[in-house]
Amino acid sequence: MEWEVVIGLEIHVQLSTTTKIFSGASTAFGAEPNTQACAVDLALPGTLPVFNENALRMAVMFGLAVDAEIGKRSVFERKNYFYPDLPKGYQTTQLAEPIVGPGHVDIETDEGVKRRVRIHHAHLEEDAGKSLHEDFHGMSGIDLNRAGTPLVEIVSEPDMRSSKEAAAYARKIHAIVTTLGICDGNMAEGSMRCDCNVSVRPKGQEAFGTRTELKNINSFRFIERAIDTEVARQIDLIEDGGKVVQETRLYDPDRNETRSMRSKEDANDYRYFPCPDLLPVVIDDSYIEAIRATLPELPDARRARFIDEYGLSEYDAGVLSAYRAQADYYEQVVNACGDAKLAANWVMGELAKFLNQSDTDIKDSPVSAEQLGGLLVRIKDNTISGNIAKKVFELMWSRGGSADEIIEAEGLKQVTDTGAIEQIVDEVIANADKQVEQYKAAEPEKRGKMLGFFMGQVMKATGGKANPGAVTGILKQKLDALCD
Amino acid sequence: MFDKTLAELAEGLRKGDFSSVELTSAYLARIKAEDGRFNSFITVTEAQALAQAKAADAAIAAGNAGAFTGLPIAHKDLFCTQDVRTSCGSKMLDNFASPYDATVVARFKQAGAVMLGKTNMDEFAMGSSNESSFYGPARNPWNTDCVPGGSSGGSGAAVAARLTPAATGSDTGGSIRQPAALCGITGIKPTYGRVSRYGMIAYASSLDQGGPMARTAEDCAMMLNVMAGFDPMDSTCLDREVPDYTATLNEPLAGLKIGLPTEYFSDALDPQIAERVQAAVAEFEKLGATVKEVSLPRTELSIPAYYIIAPAEASSNLSRFDGVRYGYRCENPKDLEDMYKRSRGEGFGAEVKRRIMVGTYALCAGYYDAYYNKAQQIRRLIQQDFVRVLEDVDVIMGPTTPHPAFRIGEKNNDPVSMYMEDIFTLSLNLAGLPGMSVPCGQVDGLPVGLQIIGDYFAEAKLLNIAHQFQQVTDHHQQAPAGI
Repeated sequence: MEWEVVIGLEIHVQLSTTTKIFSGASTAFGAEPNTQACAVDLALPGTLPVFNENALRMAVMFGLAVDAEIGKRSVFERKNYFYPDLPKGYQTTQLAEPIVGPGHVDIETDEGVKRRVRIHHAHLEEDAGKSLHEDFHGMSGIDLNRAGTPLVEIVSEPDMRSSKEAAAYARKIHAIVTTLGICDGNMAEGSMRCDCNVSVRPKGQEAFGTRTELKNINSFRFIERAIDTEVARQIDLIEDGGKVVQETRLYDPDRNETRSMRSKEDANDYRYFPCPDLLPVVIDDSYIEAIRATLPELPDARRARFIDEYGLSEYDAGVLSAYRAQADYYEQVVNACGDAKLAANWVMGELAKFLNQSDTDIKDSPVSAEQLGGLLVRIKDNTISGNIAKKVFELMWSRGGSADEIIEAEGLKQVTDTGAIEQIVDEVIANADKQVEQYKAAEPEKRGKMLGFFMGQVMKATGGKANPGAVTGILKQKLDALCD
Repeated sequence: MFDKTLAELAEGLRKGDFSSVELTSAYLARIKAEDGRFNSFITVTEAQALAQAKAADAAIAAGNAGAFTGLPIAHKDLFCTQDVRTSCGSKMLDNFASPYDATVVARFKQAGAVMLGKTNMDEFAMGSSNESSFYGPARNPWNTDCVPGGSSGGSGAAVAARLTPAATGSDTGGSIRQPAALCGITGIKPTYGRVSRYGMIAYASSLDQGGPMARTAEDCAMMLNVMAGFDPMDSTCLDREVPDYTATLNEPLAGLKIGLPTEYFSDALDPQIAERVQAAVAEFEKLGATVKEVSLPRTELSIPAYYIIAPAEASSNLSRFDGVRYGYRCENPKDLEDMYKRSRGEGFGAEVKRRIMVGTYALCAGYYDAYYNKAQQIRRLIQQDFVRVLEDVDVIMGPTTPHPAFRIGEKNNDPVSMYMEDIFTLSLNLAGLPGMSVPCGQVDGLPVGLQIIGDYFAEAKLLNIAHQFQQVTDHHQQAPAGI
């Protein structure tokens, strides 16, 4: 049987406010346990929440970015359950009246599948603390630094039909929230966490299959792998005559398997009700429009502009606009070198390679956009070839400094003096009788391909510094002269 | 000295008739000698009180004294007090010393008041008799076999017994007004949002409101001057100017329009109480007020609505008492669930558990609409009734309670009959309106309270009316026998 996969995502995005959603404590990551938890975060008796307006502003920004209805009246509710890292015994969240109503984003996978994914709603809520189960001799430690960190939970409709679409959707949300500057996008630190609702159904069937929820996945790669693993499990189960049970499962990336956490029967009745300590949040059009006026260029618009203005391919434009810091970097390189395509090739090629290998964010790249632009200028004015430029880039990355300094210090300037090149070409031809004979014997239209050998010899003799364009011209001219 | 009001004591301090240290020492000694009979204090903060008194005397000597400098008061034990036990009348918080001051406490400190100690109360403010306190019931100074009312029973008893000239209370369904009535003192529940709730341990957040309890309306006005006002730490606290409540106490009452709700004078009301209230209303007529009958048809519905909303909020508010971070934790828990169950099972008393269960049930997915939503609808209707009536009259008057103080233990096995005691007070909390209780006579040697209900933020008016009443009557000056 042919199966169709149905996926909906719930993405938790930590908002980059400086203080918590309902208290004045700092939200900075990585502090000593419980040093960033005030009386309100500890839920001391008598304490009360006060809503951080910055979190509201950021949530509205997100809503506008996904073309959503903004809730002019939103209400915080209490979701009641007991857990040691939930100090109040309830999470303050939104349910019936969220800040962001229905919206949508458009996605495209690497394979070119395009789809509009509808967003059901997005709501504001507070994060819980962390339970630490190691180092406490059979007991658990509680760190409440994270408790009260503002989150926007973005709930999609079950509109995705493959793990690749799910990852593309998550990447798009990441692109939007980082472009808006409302989230630092650091997935390793948990700034964006993803729950995947996954089900399968026979192709053509309208009714959804029973879904499972994969909790807390914190990388795009794991989203794909976790869904693929879960889909395979569900299909095997059904084809073996079994039934999928509605439950929450945990993805174990080390074993690449999903495991049951709790079933629907264990689910809490959260007894939601409006939080009486907080008033409904009421905003008007002028508030919303003032925020709209501050929105930066969004990834989709930027992508369109990259295609339009720079003549980039859809794919390149998509990759470069997906992450704001990268898009900003790219545009600075374009400004510095004046060649959008060359800049795209280098940012997505050599630079991306070095960033990936060293696990470095582009914001922390040791080679600045201006410096990379300076390097590309030297390719364009034929001071160096593309191959030499890679060598220069490597040195810029490892040692620092501008392209010009390194070209000068390493003597990598390209030989463009045709006299000097002609002399070397003559020597190469004189020492390659066999290849010259083959060249002469070949059909004229196949001779172009045979230039490679001679080219290699010239480059070898010049240490790669000969201008490849000039060499090609001279080689062709001299070899063709032998054929007449 | 112990018969003096706050206003009179302030005058004495200003004139140098006595120092704050002398005053404070005298009250501390009196508490030590007398409170065994009343059990009105959970904690007496002797050392701190004397230090505050000393500082107050220095301020008075330096000419830096404010209206409240050096005056002793007590706080209901649900106001958090830094480094002092804040028990909320519960075993759960018997070991809890707050690391911070409630806004109300901080404001009294700022004003130079001296805190004598923390008063007894129904556990987590859940009760109308003070019997649910982990520290045992406070007793009514008029008859120590009787309850002082609740939940601010300790404050009521302490003021009536002259163990403190005044005390703070909190009122979720009548917890200031009912003990004030039963103890023969004066108390006011301000408009919801008038006094900060920050640091006042929550019972039912949408109903709780702190307020003063003293012997006179004038003293309540002095206290409210300190307590009222915007607090950025409480989102439900209103940013609205605070008048000087003592400035308008002497406004004449000529032309005052009083409404008497038919429903407050039904057969369920003790006829002797009805008579005392009618006599009080007659005094107002002498002062130039006019009286008309009005109707609050949903009065009876306030009990079921309240006993859904308050427990629902309480069930969530009290979830933080889980044994994890502070408060009572059971011995040797087997695992997390065991710790939760036994810490809460052993730390909370019966009435608190009853309300947590009722509230949890009311909020459950299948019952939410039938209970919580319905109760909220009734709440809005009750509010509309008041608004409608208050378009027609300036204030509403009636009895504070249907009966005088009952005997300790009398209603222990009948929670519904206990809940019925709050019939006249609950609806104000549901509507968020201010109300006060003023002594208006006695029945069988026990005090009776007149309730005065006003429009939103009409505290100054209520205090003015009560003060004028106290200028022509002496019910508030009566002291229990042997006091």
